Amino acid sequence: MTTFIELLLGGVSLGSVYALIALGFVVIFRATEVVNFAHASLLLAGGYVTAVLSDDIGFWPALLTGIASGALVGAAIEFLVLRRYRGSDHSVLAIVTIGVDILLVTDLTRRIGTDVLAVRDPWGDQLLTIGSVSLAQTRVAALLVAGLLITAFLLAFRYTSWGVAMRAAAENAGTAALMGIRLGRVSLGAWAVAGGLAAVAALFLTVFPTPGLERATSLAALKAFPAAILGGLDSTTGALAGGLIVGVTESLATGYQSDLTFLGRGLGDLAPYLVMIAILLVRPAGLLGTKETARV
Amino acid sequence: MGGAALDVTRLSAGYGPVRALREVTLDVPQGSVVAVLGGNGAGKSTLLRAISRTLPYYGGASKGGSVRFGGAPLHTLTADRVVAAGVSQVPEGRQVFARMTVQDNLRAGALGSTGGRAARAAALRRVHGLFPVLAQRAHQRAGLLSGGEQQQLAVARALMAGPRLLLLDEPSLGLAPMMAARIADTIRQINAEGTSVLLVEQNAALALRLASRAYVLEVGEVTLSGPADELAASDEVRRRYLGVVDEDAADDAFRVTEQAGAAGPGGRPPALTRWVGP
Ligand SMILES: Nc1ncnc2c1ncn2[C@@H]1O[C@H](COP(=O)(O)OP(=O)(O)OP(=O)(O)O)[C@@H](O)[C@H]1O
Ligand SMILES: [Mg+2]
Repeated sequence: MTTFIELLLGGVSLGSVYALIALGFVVIFRATEVVNFAHASLLLAGGYVTAVLSDDIGFWPALLTGIASGALVGAAIEFLVLRRYRGSDHSVLAIVTIGVDILLVTDLTRRIGTDVLAVRDPWGDQLLTIGSVSLAQTRVAALLVAGLLITAFLLAFRYTSWGVAMRAAAENAGTAALMGIRLGRVSLGAWAVAGGLAAVAALFLTVFPTPGLERATSLAALKAFPAAILGGLDSTTGALAGGLIVGVTESLATGYQSDLTFLGRGLGDLAPYLVMIAILLVRPAGLLGTKETARV
Repeated sequence: MGGAALDVTRLSAGYGPVRALREVTLDVPQGSVVAVLGGNGAGKSTLLRAISRTLPYYGGASKGGSVRFGGAPLHTLTADRVVAAGVSQVPEGRQVFARMTVQDNLRAGALGSTGGRAARAAALRRVHGLFPVLAQRAHQRAGLLSGGEQQQLAVARALMAGPRLLLLDEPSLGLAPMMAARIADTIRQINAEGTSVLLVEQNAALALRLASRAYVLEVGEVTLSGPADELAASDEVRRRYLGVVDEDAADDAFRVTEQAGAAGPGGRPPALTRWVGP
């Protein structure tokens, strides 16, 4: 039972990190209808800055710089690349993001090389123990920080002018323009927010129990794709639900791996995709996504 | 909230190779209601999108000519600057943000407002006064409103920016006669409060009752224009846009000529101007 609770809590924590990534992914999709395949490299960029600077300028300043860099890289992709293709088909834009992803990942992996960049975080490998249940402090921090950011984001999305502009632009760009909403700004903001959130997620994907930032970190980020998709690409709440489902599934499948050897090895990595496929078979638009309906 | 005159001069626009507007010239004097009539595909919506600078969102572009509002050019601005200049558009088919609440739709409309918090609060009081149902349904999703309520919301949303000129694209589309009449009353009231109106309609009877002046648009060109009452009396408009059958129109025409004859040579000739090009 203790194992189960530990795995569950670890899964929720991991899931909240995936939710951060998926949320950014959904925000970009809603604001611009672009499926952003460069999201993993955005995450790697933010994480790289944090990891490299944490030795020199201390953890917190490094994290803030990392978040700012993530936001900046996101905004730069929007401003320098996607804006040039405005008016193109959305599938063309998605392919453009694949190109951006390849460029960024190539450059970053060249910089990282075969190193594992450890982050000097304040939690280290300490555990938080309550009764018989113990959890890594990094996991607790991840849960708290992600929970806080997600709440702040949802409140802003709901109550601020920024949120109203964002939702209006997501629903109908032409009509939003009639309201005097500046769509260029909306999309720039979406990319910046997504980049910042990805940088935070990168931190928690590279601290204990992970040894540090390495080339493969962007692969971990890919698990946020099934999270976003199974939640319904255009739903922010769906991104949260999807993130949690993926996190918990992965944690449980990894934890009970030894009991499930008849299913083969590496089940923990595979499970999120299996769940995604199972959910999409039942609900093709995702858990909370809007169905494609054409009104005549 | 004073009005300002809108001057459209030889405006052309199209979608890729499709030419939808050809050198359209019209004006909306300060404080007036002007109607544009025309059948399907005549270019009415294109005209409004060209004025509001939203053609690019529909794959179109302006191809020449000018639009001035109170003397200042609009045709060089972006859509958000046009709103800031005091021109708001209610799009065809209402286009409320269906997934957002009524209240948030109105907030979206206020994003283009150049006034401060007080101006936005005053605008909200004004639209709640004009459309009480929107206050009752404030927290309901706009997609769940009836067609008539959605139209009210679309007009209210445009008013939130505090426009001096309102562009309306077929506000009576798909509404029962009662609701269409209510919308017409509201348009009259909005105009009486000082906002000029450019009204695009297929419902010519309604439009001609509201407007002081009207233009007829056919295949992208202005073919007829004049004071609304004279257009309403003209055979061509009656036959083509007011659904009067030929015999009646012929009867009318007969009566009009008789009256004209009775009035003698001093009688005022109809002031209709047939548009013959630049
Ligand atoms: N998004 C578009 N892409 C390509 N062509 C378009 C587009 N919108 C309109 N058109 C074309 O431009 C012409 C004018 O259309 P417009 O929508 O302005 O007409 P309308 O007078 O508003 O008609 P309706 O009364 O049916 O709304 C038509 O020939 C139409 O096919
Ligand atoms: Mg139209």
